[in-house]
Amino acid sequence: MAAVAQTAEARARKDVANRWLLSAPALIIILFAAIGPLFIVLVYSFLAPGPYGDVKWEFSWDGWTSVLFQRDIFDETLSFADAHLSIFWRSVKLSLATTVITLIVGFPTAYFIATRRERDRDIWLFLITIPFWTNLLIRTFAVLEIIRNEGIVNKLLIGIGLTDTPIQMLFTDFAIMIGMVYVYLPLMVLPLYASMEKLDFRLVEAGYDLYATRFNVLRRIIFPLVKPGVIAGSILVFIPSLGAYVTPSILGGGKNLMIGNLIELQFGQGRNWPLGAALSIALMVVVMITLLVYVRNAGAGGEQHHG
Amino acid sequence: MAVTNDKAAIEARGVSKLFGSGEHQVTALDNVSVSIRENEFFTLLGPSGCGKTTLLRLIAGFDFPNSGEILLHGSDIAPLPPYKRPVNTVFQSYALFPHMTVAENIGFGLEMLGKPKSEVEARVSAMLKLVHMESMRERRTSQISGGQQQRVALARALAPQPKVLLLDEPLSALDYKLRKEMQIELKRLQGETGITFIFVTHDQEEALAMSDRIAVMSGGRILQIGAPWEIYDRPAERFVADFIGETNFLIGDVKSVEGETATVALSSGAEIRSTFPAGTKPEGRVTVVIRPEHAQTVEPGAGLLSGTVANVVYLGTDTHIHATLDDGAHFVVRQQNAKSGRCSQEAGDRIGIAVSAGVAQILKD
Repeated sequence: MAAVAQTAEARARKDVANRWLLSAPALIIILFAAIGPLFIVLVYSFLAPGPYGDVKWEFSWDGWTSVLFQRDIFDETLSFADAHLSIFWRSVKLSLATTVITLIVGFPTAYFIATRRERDRDIWLFLITIPFWTNLLIRTFAVLEIIRNEGIVNKLLIGIGLTDTPIQMLFTDFAIMIGMVYVYLPLMVLPLYASMEKLDFRLVEAGYDLYATRFNVLRRIIFPLVKPGVIAGSILVFIPSLGAYVTPSILGGGKNLMIGNLIELQFGQGRNWPLGAALSIALMVVVMITLLVYVRNAGAGGEQHHG
Repeated sequence: MAVTNDKAAIEARGVSKLFGSGEHQVTALDNVSVSIRENEFFTLLGPSGCGKTTLLRLIAGFDFPNSGEILLHGSDIAPLPPYKRPVNTVFQSYALFPHMTVAENIGFGLEMLGKPKSEVEARVSAMLKLVHMESMRERRTSQISGGQQQRVALARALAPQPKVLLLDEPLSALDYKLRKEMQIELKRLQGETGITFIFVTHDQEEALAMSDRIAVMSGGRILQIGAPWEIYDRPAERFVADFIGETNFLIGDVKSVEGETATVALSSGAEIRSTFPAGTKPEGRVTVVIRPEHAQTVEPGAGLLSGTVANVVYLGTDTHIHATLDDGAHFVVRQQNAKSGRCSQEAGDRIGIAVSAGVAQILKD
């Protein structure tokens, strides 16, 4: 008996060892490509800027204070850095809008795919992923081409007489949002589809049978059951939107900055690496807090239903 | 038993339903007409693919017929969506909402009908009492057993007090003992609520035990409608005789018809008086069916038929004696084991077979 137990224990230990070995490549990549650089960024945020970029190895809070405050050149007093705050606010606002719009557009799309016949679903999923084959930059320029003043949308609007002069869409927040919705839509559709595919459509029939209208079936049965997909999709869209760089820099035309552009500016022309580093960490904290609040609220909403 | 009357609760008139198109088109229902009475426990019985579930789904409103009418208390409900029909369904899989408690599930229909909260509460409590589930009120549906889920599904469908309750093989997922229990339970509920039950099953025993009337279906058509004893003792078609219970088929020629019975000469020369389906006139060569329990083994030479025992199968309550008749036909006699001990017959024994009076039935085809 004891011998059997011992071999079983040895085997279990070996299993654990094997699992570590198998996950080693991934762990090494995470260590060197994510945690390591992140640590460097954290250290840089507490150093002083060098004159030509880079950092001077002396401790300074300046990187962090300039995230929120700006120092008056003459009397050294601190005031709120309105520019930074408005960029933060715009980023959060645009990312939230992008998340909500992708959800509204993606939900029926995912429902449509999930209710097709099994072999047709693969075709639809394949079509959804096609944009991923193209470089983000090219896709963004495609959006630019469509919404610019001489673009197809404005030509169409003028053609049917809705407006005389082209509507300025390019280089606005609207343009950035359209671009992000386009780019991140698949990230919403795929997790939504994954949840809906598991949905037992007999429950939908049961809902109709019990006098629920279409809207009530959606609200009371489908939505609560695919909520994990809604949460996953929202997270997958919100996080990269908040840190978006390519889309706002092309479609925002350098005027309408988002956090990503602001950070890039500090490491480039701004030559203020500690500020860039502090902004990066701040962005991460904002993302983490948002997620925490969101997931906790979504969970609590579910709790009510679950009793 | 609930008192039934002749007023139709549900009436299907010439209903057809096709699935698919072109070469792959399948006729699920072929010009089906049936009238189901108020307060009736009506069963649609047939093998899988016979169209019984399709008919139920048309009544519920999940599918729409290609042609024909479905009337509820005389008015056509075929164009109405399911949420506008005063009809509720107990699903084969129960389809309980996993994100709601037992009480929330039961109250859902009433809530959707816009009933005030106090009324929903009271009704949910009454329903829980009806199905003996009071203590499970706040449980999640995943935390209760299959039998309990079944009861919740019933309570949920009965809560809005539908005119007609549809049950789609609701007992098929339960084990034997629980199924027997629920059969009695369902009968009780139907009696207490006075609601018309339309019950779909492929289990003939279940159908015979519970129904006021049974419709036997095959290939998208209704073959015979009748009380359980009529379906069992007076099958009109070979399919009905074969599908329900065990049966002996004998070939013979009609000698004469006297009122409601006919005299048939079997190939052995013996003559037997047989009933025949109403509205038919038997003549020439016919098939006569005799149930195994309607025959008895007797001394060789005595009785209607004679043959040799081929096999004896002991079943506890009964013994089946498989015999080969002198003309080569196969015949089974079911004897109740009234005494304990071995069966007196053995393979190879010569036996005579007597048939009770009035049990033979001539088939339509």
